[in-house]
Amino acid sequence: MPIDKFVTLESPAVPLPIENVDTDQIIPARFLKATTREGFGDNLFCDWRYDKNGQPKADFVLNDPTYSGQILVAGKNFGSGSSREHAAWAIGGYGFKAVVSSFFADIFKNNALNNGILPVQISDAFLAQLFEAIEKDPKVKIKIDLENQSISVPATGISEDFDINPYKKKCLLNGYDDIDYLFSIKDEIAAWEKAAQ
Amino acid sequence: MAGKTLFDKIWEKHVVNNVEGGPSVLYIDRHLIHEVTSPQAFAGLKARGIKVARPEKTVATPDHNIPTMEQHLPIHDELSRFQVNKLKENCEANGITMYGLTHPYNGIVHVIGPELGLTRPGMTIVCGDSHTSTHGAFGSIAFGIGTSEVEMVLATQCLMQSRPKTMRINVEGELQKGVTSKDIVLYIISQISTGGATGYFVEFAGSTIRKLSMEARMTICNMSIEMGARGGMIAPDETTIEYVKGREFAPKGAEWDKAVAEWRQLPSDPDAVFDKELTFKAEDIEPMITYGTNPGMGIGISAHIPKVEDIEKASQNSFKKSLQYMGYQPDEPMIGKKVDYVFVGSCTNGRIEDLRAFAAFVKGKKKADNVTAWIVPGSKQVEKQAIEEGLRDILEEAGFYLRQPGCSACLAMNDDKIPEGQYAVSTSNRNFEGRQGPGARTMLASPLTAAATAINGVITDPRTML
Repeated sequence: MPIDKFVTLESPAVPLPIENVDTDQIIPARFLKATTREGFGDNLFCDWRYDKNGQPKADFVLNDPTYSGQILVAGKNFGSGSSREHAAWAIGGYGFKAVVSSFFADIFKNNALNNGILPVQISDAFLAQLFEAIEKDPKVKIKIDLENQSISVPATGISEDFDINPYKKKCLLNGYDDIDYLFSIKDEIAAWEKAAQ
Repeated sequence: MAGKTLFDKIWEKHVVNNVEGGPSVLYIDRHLIHEVTSPQAFAGLKARGIKVARPEKTVATPDHNIPTMEQHLPIHDELSRFQVNKLKENCEANGITMYGLTHPYNGIVHVIGPELGLTRPGMTIVCGDSHTSTHGAFGSIAFGIGTSEVEMVLATQCLMQSRPKTMRINVEGELQKGVTSKDIVLYIISQISTGGATGYFVEFAGSTIRKLSMEARMTICNMSIEMGARGGMIAPDETTIEYVKGREFAPKGAEWDKAVAEWRQLPSDPDAVFDKELTFKAEDIEPMITYGTNPGMGIGISAHIPKVEDIEKASQNSFKKSLQYMGYQPDEPMIGKKVDYVFVGSCTNGRIEDLRAFAAFVKGKKKADNVTAWIVPGSKQVEKQAIEEGLRDILEEAGFYLRQPGCSACLAMNDDKIPEGQYAVSTSNRNFEGRQGPGARTMLASPLTAAATAINGVITDPRTML
């Protein structure tokens, strides 16, 4: 499935200052029975977001009208656990285009990139500054510039650079996915297979 | 030039090309699929009008979403039944072998791969499941992938992967009595945290690892993902070769001799250099148990839960939140704590040796009345063997019941859910909030600790009963 292009994003952010947010929190296993990619956003962080009667819990950030936006800012080691891509679908389905943290689990990072969601890995110190900026002004905008690999808060002047694999960057900027690439080298793969046998 | 690691040797043999400044195109020898993470991949192929490139290299089994009782009946949960049927439909349409419910080869994907000889040294193996790292115990590069990547493998038999760094974790010396490979891996994770190996592929080595059986090695590699590693692996040796020999899909005759000769070349060269190397002493390891909500929150069973001030300042809030979920206080002992459920099974500890160890421990004893126990074999073959060896009879005499195979309460996608607020000692791999059911509280431990706890009805150090 071709992915959405990602060039720059300027948006307020939703803060989730919890460490080790695992894939079972992002989307509990009981919601993995679907056979399509749609609809997972409704159950994003389900057990933190709703009580057992399905009523929104007032103390969870997604239910707090103070916060909104297309950027999720989370504590370190985000996305650990399962390889379920449903976690990325839930985050994208809810409307987030980027997740910012000081550390990501590997598989989650790949899954996010394969769905056009940008994982932005920053230092612990910058993450603390972001949480502080959002606490002071919940509507403060965070700017993510993929071309220049920089994340900033224009209103306060803080910024930091981030790393991304150059190939993945190109994919996101242009909306390509890996299957497009792999399919373009089909003959090369077939030749390699033949030689390896 | 420095020698090569086990990882380097297998990786380099499978690189089709290197994208400039980017990942490698890695050829995949074995692709395993199950009902939960494959339907969207097949749908993606259909939308693109692409056929499965190498159907003979993919094997399917339903395992995550199936009942562990009365498997001969249609699955009563509509969504689960639909998903399992979808797998069958997709496999039939694409010429992929599937071992469905009640087939003698059905079981948890990471249990059946090794037992059928589909998993072999030197291979690249992937599956849309993070515990694919299990297969690394044979000296293969095995790792979990997302559904978009499942689609890539189905479409081209290749994956785009950045080369991870390499780490060697050595465990040296003699294990104490009552300490198992589950305790080794829980100990390592407690020492390096759930992100301690992120970005790395880990080779487990050292005298303690060498002495372990294949099944014990699989338990360690299985949980390498819980330290954040892309995968874990153990160099093939005589134990490995002996295990693979004669299995259904293992090479035979001259092919076998050729394969074994290749496998003997795989171990890391003596002068190989790893990006990181750690060493642990076996005698420092006690039976382990987790007290919190990630697999890194483990302690020796005789220890107390840490105090808040022992936790790094930035992590104290997450620590407190975790204890609150568990209903525990800092500095409490774990031994003697209340338990409602005991779960033995999963791709971590659902193999025949696990059932043997559990059965030997409970033989002639009685399950505590306050404990509900779910004993779930990892596959039909494990179930059959357990019955043939008389393990089921021993279990039944002690008040236990052997269910049918599946992932079961490890992730509670089926009806095997721990009720809200209840405590479970579980031989599975994850103690995340709600992992075993909404509000369920999980303590990870070995089959021996699970057995001692099931008999006493409270958390028990198995060494006191050996």
